[in-house]
Amino acid sequence: MSNLNTTDERDLGGAGEQLSTAPREESAATVPAMGVIGWARWFWRQLTSMRVALILLFLLSLGAVPGSLIPQNSVDEMKVQTFKEAHTTVSPLYEKLQFFDVYSSVWFSAIYILLFVSLIGCIVPRTGQFVGQLRARPPAAPKKLTRLPAYATWRTEADPERVHEAALAVLRGRRFRSHVAGDAVAAEKGYLREAGNLLFHVALIVMLVAFASGQLFKSEGGKLVVEGDGFSNTLTQYDDFKSGSLFDTEDLTPFSFTLDDFVGTYERSGPQRGTPRTYEARVTYSEGADGKERKKVIRVNQPLVVDGTKVYLNAHGYAPVLSVKDGKGKEVYRTAVPLLPIDNNVTSTGAVKVMDGYRDRNGRKTQLGFQAFFVPTFAGDGQGTMFSQFPGADYPVLALNGYHGSLGVDSGLPQNVYQLDTSKMTEFKDSNGDKLKKRLRPGETMKLPDGAGSITFEGVEEWASFQISRQPASGWALAGAVAAIAGLAGSLFIQRRRVWVRAVRGADGVTVVEMAGLGRSESAKLPEELGDLALALHTEAPTAPGPEPEPGSGSDQPSEEPAEGAEK
Amino acid sequence: MNLAAATNENLAHTSNVLIYSSMAVYTLAFFAHIAEWVFGSRSKVGRTAAALNAPAAAASPVKVRVARRGGTAVLDRPEVITRSAAGTRDVPDGPGAAGGTFKGDLWGRIAVSLTVLAFAVEAGGVLTRALSVQRAPWGNMYEFSITFSTVAVGAYLVLLALKKNVRWLGLMLVTTVLLDLGIATTTLYTASDQLVPALDSYWLWIHVSTAIICGAVFYLGAVGTLLYLFRDSYENKLANGGTPGTFARSVLERLPAAATLDKFAYRVNAAVFPLWTFTIIAGAIWAGDAWGRYWGWDPKEVWSFITWVAYASYLHARATAGWKGRKAAYLALLAFGCWLFNYYGVNIFVTGKHSYAGV
Ligand code: HEM
Repeated sequence: MSNLNTTDERDLGGAGEQLSTAPREESAATVPAMGVIGWARWFWRQLTSMRVALILLFLLSLGAVPGSLIPQNSVDEMKVQTFKEAHTTVSPLYEKLQFFDVYSSVWFSAIYILLFVSLIGCIVPRTGQFVGQLRARPPAAPKKLTRLPAYATWRTEADPERVHEAALAVLRGRRFRSHVAGDAVAAEKGYLREAGNLLFHVALIVMLVAFASGQLFKSEGGKLVVEGDGFSNTLTQYDDFKSGSLFDTEDLTPFSFTLDDFVGTYERSGPQRGTPRTYEARVTYSEGADGKERKKVIRVNQPLVVDGTKVYLNAHGYAPVLSVKDGKGKEVYRTAVPLLPIDNNVTSTGAVKVMDGYRDRNGRKTQLGFQAFFVPTFAGDGQGTMFSQFPGADYPVLALNGYHGSLGVDSGLPQNVYQLDTSKMTEFKDSNGDKLKKRLRPGETMKLPDGAGSITFEGVEEWASFQISRQPASGWALAGAVAAIAGLAGSLFIQRRRVWVRAVRGADGVTVVEMAGLGRSESAKLPEELGDLALALHTEAPTAPGPEPEPGSGSDQPSEEPAEGAEK
Repeated sequence: MNLAAATNENLAHTSNVLIYSSMAVYTLAFFAHIAEWVFGSRSKVGRTAAALNAPAAAASPVKVRVARRGGTAVLDRPEVITRSAAGTRDVPDGPGAAGGTFKGDLWGRIAVSLTVLAFAVEAGGVLTRALSVQRAPWGNMYEFSITFSTVAVGAYLVLLALKKNVRWLGLMLVTTVLLDLGIATTTLYTASDQLVPALDSYWLWIHVSTAIICGAVFYLGAVGTLLYLFRDSYENKLANGGTPGTFARSVLERLPAAATLDKFAYRVNAAVFPLWTFTIIAGAIWAGDAWGRYWGWDPKEVWSFITWVAYASYLHARATAGWKGRKAAYLALLAFGCWLFNYYGVNIFVTGKHSYAGV
């Protein structure tokens, strides 16, 4: 620690100064003298103090907690909705406190913005100081070397000048910055510690800026594609789309792709039967408006990357192909209808909507709607349930029941494509007057009553849904992260330390050599290193025969108070 | 079932047997450690009190002869004298659990040997598990737990092999390893199987292995911090002329000095903090590949972040005057608490993108 207490400071002179550039702690009690400027300066000093940095860091982690326990809009809006319905008393309070949007809330932003202002306010002066330290030379030896955390001494017949020269050579050989200052050699090593520390803190800022700009400019949307269909990257093609506040539609990367095939494989046996093993979406894509066509397999962890835009495989399901004939026997509809999975074995539900082209037996225009329930692997006849036994399409069965009338799609209200609004529709009834419903195998047909035509389950396609996202500045975030780790390693693993060698000719004509080391932390390495240095120097200036010198015989007697070495 | 599946089943079975065997050996090591502490208690120690009650002794610099490589016979080598920092108590380290008694030391050695054996058996269990599932053995909490304790014991043994003064960790470590394995084999057990596609990435190897190493080493640091707190109040009491209870006098007396424990905890935490930073970044890169965003405030991400910030607070606290010692120690414990919650709490209580691992 650079903050040596006053007695020691007097003893050590400037020797221990600026071994780091950590700001001095000022007492929080020092209240500003007067005026706006006084207050502003006080506020700034407080903000950039280590104590406040510590408090802010602590608040940041504390502030992140509610976001992990309460559902977040940014993660899952549906969940937030469910939560609000279930907890009607606390929800308004949470809403006020922005607990459903913790990470973009005013208070959370305030904490991290203050923290980063503090960080900048901390780094700038420290960088200046550090540059100053790099230019300056290691400070001269303190008067009493005996007070330092590691100390060695011996008597030698070599000249003091000779000892100093040898010391310089030894120290420089070990990459200490060293020079002769007064009656001693002063040397210092480990500047990379401070450099690493500054690099780390700067890298934090780079990461934050990159993350923030990524959030502001990002775009993210979803698209469900049935095998054989395609997607091109324009706003209208998305099923849903979210973007940062500074996003511009011009930013969408032009490209398109077609889903050729989706392959899912599942564990066939054992306790984990049915667990997905591979998901592969085989696509043909082209960059730009009409670039060359290329093939690519998109897997869960392997997105398709086109010029910074990534296409991820998100989910998959089945899309039974259905055809509808009208009363005249004319095919008026043939589509693969994507259904939504409702369980792990891909039991799926959805709606078939025949909007136009259909005419009933009397030639009148009307609309048809079917509720569809699909299982890729049926338990077998008589097994009762219409729940799938396995996620693969081993034994697909589709159950349908139908309506005719108005689908209500023109009402202007947005409609869920997977649900049927039956308020203006009439249910088809069978000859017994019961609800018309049937389970179909591929190739089978359900006849509609009274010559209303028929619907045929032609086969099964699969669909895959993709998340198409672009988050600029990820490269910067990564670079910042790498720099942060490098800086951190330098800051935590490198020791900054100083060594002094004083050689003075004593009254008896014999030279007394004293060596001492001071580090920011009281590490076992410091005395070890000093021992090595002493040994190296000792071979150049061996011990003179005669009485062993008292420690500190070059100056006064050892004092009672040990010197402060920073401790860690 | 095909042949490959059958061998896998066999390997999985072997793995279970090995894990149970390691638990048996750890139990023996546990008793050996207990014996070490019991025999050690017969020694008369009380060096701490002596050091604290004789201020003159504290002021005299400790002489250390620095060992030199090669041991070349240079006569009259210069000697390095070290002094400790002002304000720290100059208290010698305790003699260790064995208390300097021959019998205690013998049992301590037996305990360490048994720990080595148990470690080898447990590592075998983890390895066969990995072979049986043909992937990194970190797909669910059971696998995570067995690997975690293996790595913690491994780190401890490495420190021992490096001749660091860490045998005092032994009893606590073996006890918690038994606890961890007990929970793993009873409530967390999952039959061995392959991974869901989302976990199938080489980032699994990188991200999860470093996460486990960090957790294991943070754990050693946390034990050091906890013992530091006890030992520190013991020393405080002695320094203020109080008389600690017999338990404290017997047990805490034999631990290293508070300053040593504190330093140990700091070193360990500081050494893995960069690795923890890397773990989070590797996780972010993986998330970027798997989910289309590198950071999305998923509960697991949030808690890794909280843990990271908590450890950063601890490091800052250490660097700032007035926050050293006990206050910083509380922060370190809090930070480890965050890590634990991230591992157990988030998997069990919170649902998020990370909750597919079958608990
Ligand atoms: C996102 C916020 C921050 C993080 C994660 C962070 C993290 C760290 C870490 C890990 C260290 C190394 C500790 C050590 O050397 O033992 C450190 C050191 C340091 N930090 Fe920060 N820091 C942050 C913000 C700040 C701020 C706002 C300030 C200024 C007020 C600051 C000032 C310092 C100083 C002066 C040191 C060096 C202390 C020394 O010389 O030992 N940091 N920081």
